[in-house]
Amino acid sequence: MREFAEIWSYLSDAPLLWLTATLVAYAIGDAAARAARGAALVNPVLVAVALLAGLLWLTDTPYAVYFEGAQFVHFLLGPATVALAVPLYDSLPRLRRALLPVAAALVAGSLTAMASALAVAAWLGAGRETLIALAPKSTTAPVAIGIAEAVGGSPTLTAVLVIATGLFGAVIATPLLNALGLRDWRARGLAVGVAAHGIGTARAMQVNPEAGAFAGLGMALNAVLTAVLAPLALGLALQAGWGGAPAPQAGATAAGMLGPRPSVTSPQGVP
Amino acid sequence: MIHALALLLTVQLAGVVLTGALGLAVPGPVLGMALLLAALMAVPRLVAVVAPTARVILGHLAILFVPAGVGVVGHIARLGDEALAVGLAIAVSTVLAIVVGALTFVAVARLTDRSDRADRDA
Repeated sequence: MREFAEIWSYLSDAPLLWLTATLVAYAIGDAAARAARGAALVNPVLVAVALLAGLLWLTDTPYAVYFEGAQFVHFLLGPATVALAVPLYDSLPRLRRALLPVAAALVAGSLTAMASALAVAAWLGAGRETLIALAPKSTTAPVAIGIAEAVGGSPTLTAVLVIATGLFGAVIATPLLNALGLRDWRARGLAVGVAAHGIGTARAMQVNPEAGAFAGLGMALNAVLTAVLAPLALGLALQAGWGGAPAPQAGATAAGMLGPRPSVTSPQGVP
Repeated sequence: MIHALALLLTVQLAGVVLTGALGLAVPGPVLGMALLLAALMAVPRLVAVVAPTARVILGHLAILFVPAGVGVVGHIARLGDEALAVGLAIAVSTVLAIVVGALTFVAVARLTDRSDRADRDA
């Protein structure tokens, strides 16, 4: 078995192994999703993530080593986001006629995602750091992390909640929208893009190109809107005493709480 | 395909440089999407250059989230006793946001379509 150990130590240092594993795991997930013919939980991303996480755990491989191979896939997220302009361009004639519905659904979906996430988590006793990471979770990861950091939240926790939201949204969207009996691909796509950013957009793209275009639009618009609304929503929620922080004194305004990187253990913060 | 990739990366680079220089909250690639859309509207000839490659990449958009997804698994334990609160918050808010967003779109679309028709009939 020494040969195997040698080959393994050579391979596990090179990006080739984990790049290949990522592609093969996704191919398996994709095949499983096709075989299950739309069963909600058999989402190709979910299957691939579960397979790879299990493999990393079995082989005791740190995530940093895995990412050296996977980074080539991860890198393409940038150009892919830019490429969303193409289906958007194709949908322009229909988009021009739907400006009002798009704007209304964007604001309604974005506010609902933020307010209900904060309310449920605060009701179940989540702390301040968790609330900060939850508020921007429906927007694309780099924006969410920027928002959370500006309010003194943890970038890692925010990234975790963003990805979890995307995966959940991608899994639930099709059965949920089918149950509602909605057939307008523009409405379905936009709602999923607003609620579940890029992962939801990827799912919409698999279901229908027009839904994919509107999902990409919803994701892009919500990135801008969340950057504006999330700090305000958080300010209101924390001021109301959600997240365990006592309600601040009359003098402490939302703006004061949202200054550049306030310490989480500030005098009026979490004990 | 090389031309398309060069165009996509150039636009992304422009988006990243612009967001950095102007201190915008929007990520570079998202601004890049807006820039490419503007470019396609200004020069429709570019569509033929970029569309085939864009469709290939977007056809496999989901795989691009796998590396980040794998990173998340290791952090689930970090949530500890808040896991239930966070899980329920994500599930409830995502379901509500999709339902409210889609229903709002359909309701407003029905209103505007009706006024379009009324305009035509008048």
